[in-house]
Amino acid sequence: MNELLEKLSRARGVAGHEGEVRAILREELAPHVEDLTVDSIGNLIVRKGGSDSSVRHRVMLAAHMDEVGGMVIRVNGDGTVKFSSVGGLDPRILPGKRVTIGAQAVPGVIMRAPHAARTGKRVTPISDLMIDTGGAGGFEPGDMVTFESDYEEYGRLLKGKAFDDRVGCYVLAELMKGSYPCELVGAFTVQEEIGLRGAGVAAYAVEPDVAVALEGTVADDLPKEHDVSPTTELGRGPSISVMDRSAHADRRLVRILTETASAHDIPWQFKQPGVGGTDVGTIHLAREGVPAVAVAVPCRYIHTPAALMDPTDVGHTLELMSKALSGPLGRPLGGRVE
Amino acid sequence: MRALIEELCSVFGPSGQEERIREVITGHLDGLVDEVRTDRLGNLIAVKRATVKSERGKRIMLAAHMDEIGVMVTHVDAQGFCRFTTIGGVLTNTLIGSRVHFANGVEGAFGMEGSPLARERPTPQKLFLDVGADSKEDARVQVGDTAVFRSSFGAVGDRLFAANLDDRIGCAVLIETLRELESSPHEILAVFTVQEEVGVRGATTAGYGLEPEIILAIDVTATGDFPQATPMEVGLGKGAAIKVMDRRMIAHPKVRSWLEETAQAYDIPYQLEVLEFGSTDAAAVQVSRAGVPAGTVSIPCRYVHSPSQVADYNDALGAVRLLVNALGSEYPS
Repeated sequence: MNELLEKLSRARGVAGHEGEVRAILREELAPHVEDLTVDSIGNLIVRKGGSDSSVRHRVMLAAHMDEVGGMVIRVNGDGTVKFSSVGGLDPRILPGKRVTIGAQAVPGVIMRAPHAARTGKRVTPISDLMIDTGGAGGFEPGDMVTFESDYEEYGRLLKGKAFDDRVGCYVLAELMKGSYPCELVGAFTVQEEIGLRGAGVAAYAVEPDVAVALEGTVADDLPKEHDVSPTTELGRGPSISVMDRSAHADRRLVRILTETASAHDIPWQFKQPGVGGTDVGTIHLAREGVPAVAVAVPCRYIHTPAALMDPTDVGHTLELMSKALSGPLGRPLGGRVE
Repeated sequence: MRALIEELCSVFGPSGQEERIREVITGHLDGLVDEVRTDRLGNLIAVKRATVKSERGKRIMLAAHMDEIGVMVTHVDAQGFCRFTTIGGVLTNTLIGSRVHFANGVEGAFGMEGSPLARERPTPQKLFLDVGADSKEDARVQVGDTAVFRSSFGAVGDRLFAANLDDRIGCAVLIETLRELESSPHEILAVFTVQEEVGVRGATTAGYGLEPEIILAIDVTATGDFPQATPMEVGLGKGAAIKVMDRRMIAHPKVRSWLEETAQAYDIPYQLEVLEFGSTDAAAVQVSRAGVPAGTVSIPCRYVHSPSQVADYNDALGAVRLLVNALGSEYPS
């Protein structure tokens, strides 16, 4: 569907190893922004002044570059590799998955350790899993482990790894190519999956007036036994967070987004409140506080090698953010905090 | 102050939506302070400048949180029943039989899937809210709407009963302290904070913005004075509690001794508090910037985070006396 999105999805980068993703975004955005820096923790910060010099308003958009994966913790004598998780991996889906290890992308497959195979347990904890590389070398403890997965079309959907949050990176990169009344700062953050670490540092340095985290989020829209809420649903447009475990959204920003969507006939949905967390968690607590909200593209099977998302949701997220930035989001936030 | 406590307990204000309680508190600050403002997260900041010139005058932040625990709607089903998530440390086993109020006046009662006779422990997944609707279209609430626990305010002698004494009683103590504090060598930064119940978030940003030299939180604390309680040397009616330690904070020894010595000097009953769970806004401010000496004046409260919390009015009065006398004198060198 899209060359940049494909490149970003294929790029390998668990928390602490975001270099490859950062390089892609740097190259992509260098011609489009006024300023491009990498901070001490590895966040890529890009800036662009506003088109209206009378507007004094700095908007920070954040998308995290890191993906969930693993880290090599020991290379055994027989060539097998012990690893730990970096970010939230579901041990139930790991056995049999193909992975790549280290800078040279050495291929391997996740297997249960022989002693674990004999216990008869249905789910093997990650501590009892290992990677079989067939005895290949070329990596060492500390190197990253990423899922191996192609970016491809499944029917009308897109399939790939790391849509959480490369789709956010993609949307942010596309937005940076536009022009808005406000000053726009794009923060491509590091280490979100292990505790929203990069975003807090970025927000402290950027000192934005408002912030929006752009995310790929859980879609669990397959039929359920009871009439209970899906977290989000594919094809119903960008999801807007009111509250999750990491933050309460600023209600004025929620209203700006929902009203912008309605005004332009862009579909949108609330993310089921109370679930998950985003970079907003640390951004809104930076310095004296930053009004913030998260907007996300729904993805099925997030945190697995094969996430599925609907390209129309990607388009609608981009459209919503672009219209909002050209409109009320690009102007100082009026009214009192709710 | 009794009427003030009752009034504050009647106002809607779950974490993240403190605008109504902020407005009511702002009204009560009229004429008591030199400056009132609201910060970017919604904290209400009231500044009372020093009335006595002293080289030993400090910038002292006092924090009482405006927000209360509650629930948020996550889904409205075809029949109009709502699924919900919790805001703050809601205790699941207190839900059945309690009542919630939405901002628009809609009432909610909790129900649980299955037979009412089943002796099953409630879990959030099995519970739902009945908001008096027959269909999704009929329901006057939607996803993202919030509700707070409400039981009628009651009093038996000096014992007060309400769903949200945590921390409206602390807000009342702070307002009353500002009213009674006639002169002080200190600049008083009274902050009515937001989002304490979801992780002391308001205090985090207010502490950064205000850069106080001392932080005192005013909050409720648990007690050990009911049948088979977890051992804890705090009880109702024995005075305000001076915090020694909780889960996230060890009180600064000098702040603690300042409060203790003040209580002793003015014959104010007090008790020392070691809380084995929970924390207060002081914990967030203590580690703000380069660090801030921190303490907490607590009002003992039974059944905290349940819809029927019980406190003793005399402990609130004692907290005011303790604060007024401490803030009216110099901080020990």
